[in-house]
Amino acid sequence: MATSARLSCLKYLLHLAQDNLDFRLPEIKSLLALRGKPFHYSGHFQEKTPFWCLDGLSEEDVRGVMARSVCAKSAFELWGHGKTHSELKTSLLKYPTENMSPFMCKDSTYRINVYTFNKTLEFEDRIKRIDSMDYLPFEGTVNLKSPQHIFCLLEDYGTDPNDIPEHPNYIYFGRWIADGQRELIRSHSVKNRHFIGNTSMDAGLSFIMANHAKVNKNDLVFDPFVGTGSLLVACSHFRSYVCGTDIDYNTIHGRGRSSRKNKTWRGPDENIRANLRQYGTEDMYIDVMVSDASKHVWREAALFDAIITDPPYGIRESTRRTGSHKDVIKPQDAIYEESHVPVTQAYHLSDIFTDLLNFSAHHLVLGGRLVYWLPVYRPEYCVEMVPLNPCLRIISNCEQTLSSHTSRRLITMEKIKNPEELDSLAYLADPRFSPYQGHNAFREKYFSGVNKRSGKEDNKAAVNGE
Amino acid sequence: MKLLTHNMLTSHVKGVTKGYPLLIKATEVKVNEVDFNPQFVSRMIPKLEWSALVQAADELGHRQDLPVELVPEYEKNEEFLKKVHRVLLEVEVIEGCLRCPESGREFPISRGIPNMLLNDDEV
Repeated sequence: MATSARLSCLKYLLHLAQDNLDFRLPEIKSLLALRGKPFHYSGHFQEKTPFWCLDGLSEEDVRGVMARSVCAKSAFELWGHGKTHSELKTSLLKYPTENMSPFMCKDSTYRINVYTFNKTLEFEDRIKRIDSMDYLPFEGTVNLKSPQHIFCLLEDYGTDPNDIPEHPNYIYFGRWIADGQRELIRSHSVKNRHFIGNTSMDAGLSFIMANHAKVNKNDLVFDPFVGTGSLLVACSHFRSYVCGTDIDYNTIHGRGRSSRKNKTWRGPDENIRANLRQYGTEDMYIDVMVSDASKHVWREAALFDAIITDPPYGIRESTRRTGSHKDVIKPQDAIYEESHVPVTQAYHLSDIFTDLLNFSAHHLVLGGRLVYWLPVYRPEYCVEMVPLNPCLRIISNCEQTLSSHTSRRLITMEKIKNPEELDSLAYLADPRFSPYQGHNAFREKYFSGVNKRSGKEDNKAAVNGE
Repeated sequence: MKLLTHNMLTSHVKGVTKGYPLLIKATEVKVNEVDFNPQFVSRMIPKLEWSALVQAADELGHRQDLPVELVPEYEKNEEFLKKVHRVLLEVEVIEGCLRCPESGREFPISRGIPNMLLNDDEV
């Protein structure tokens, strides 16, 4: 009993990468939620710092999160911490010996790493740091190459590279447990991917999206604007089965001009399936189809565990749907050529999102998530612009800046109830409906020549106006 | 196109009320081996329109001896799950078309990919 009580109050230290700051907390929360665990920080939580201290978890939970996270670099079982080295010593000496001893016994091998954030230490200083830890009862032998246990002293010198303090702001010491999946960003880089397009999502963000969507082993995931399938690559890596549609015949069939430099046409086997094959996940491939997201082809049922997508904003890919403004009705023989490309018309951004939310409300399983990008014009953005649906609850909303006046926001929603008859019209009564109509103009604003200066002036005016 | 996809598709031609299931007219069918995953198959079965699956498998000559009615306690029946696995994930229509049962509209399938786009006058 005593042991389990003691183990349950262990604390874990997460070391996070200092990029995509906005995306980190929703990622870790989603991965914990996959394991049915809440996010509990210990002490004063500062989201933008590289070190987070969590409690209420088991080592198994931490390993599970690290097996998925692309935001976290490493996780440690926290043995002690403090503002100074003497505080750290006091804290470490208070740490129960019986928690330490299994990792410090005579026959074991170990290594101590010194990690400093926002400062580089000389080699001698690192050795000094390690030597000064001699108050800890290490009985094993040092083995730098392949130790059984790795310990780490982490010093945090703040986040301002222009103001690095002499002494660290905070110090941690702990036993290393696991590394995150940062390696995936390199191994799945679009640079080395078989089939890409102009708007292929970068690997890191694709994995973050899959994590925000809580995709899991044996899930069925759908991308209605699949493009070259970057998001399917990420989801299939986490062992969910994937399918997608796109209105672009050439993209789905891997035809047409290549997006690569020094290459004019796409090769014969450049397609989404080949991408999955490249990463060893072809077994997770269900299908892709040529289809228009505004006229979906799925029967009415909760088919998908997650819908994850990057809709076209009309900047690098046009927004379009089938249909024409002309009232010409061609009475023709029922010959439907395989590669026939119907006339398309502009598909307003706000309609894209209304349709996407409505589709998700109908086709997600209860508790399933929708993750998508919403482009916004920054000077006018307010949280009311994020479209709502009575069946979907907003889980997170993270910004990625694209330019001084534009950004895109990664929106994660979870299905909380099945749709009723009136729900599909609910957006009309929603007071948020009108500001969000402004998104029709996103493309115009993007190209309107609203440059840095006037964007800043707008902000200034707003601040002064207050 | 796998039969799992076919099972989830319906006709979206304007005015059609009974567009399910789409009829398959196949000129080339292939069987691609996929790792058997009983958990996934068991998870998908409740989402399926069982009779549509059996009918589609039958049309393509891959029904094996799948029963008209779903068997009880299929989760524990590995032999049964393997058959469903084959029909859902391994049998693929490479060339052919899908036909809307009501309007007769045909959607071509080429290189394994259905083209579900409608024409200007159909939307």
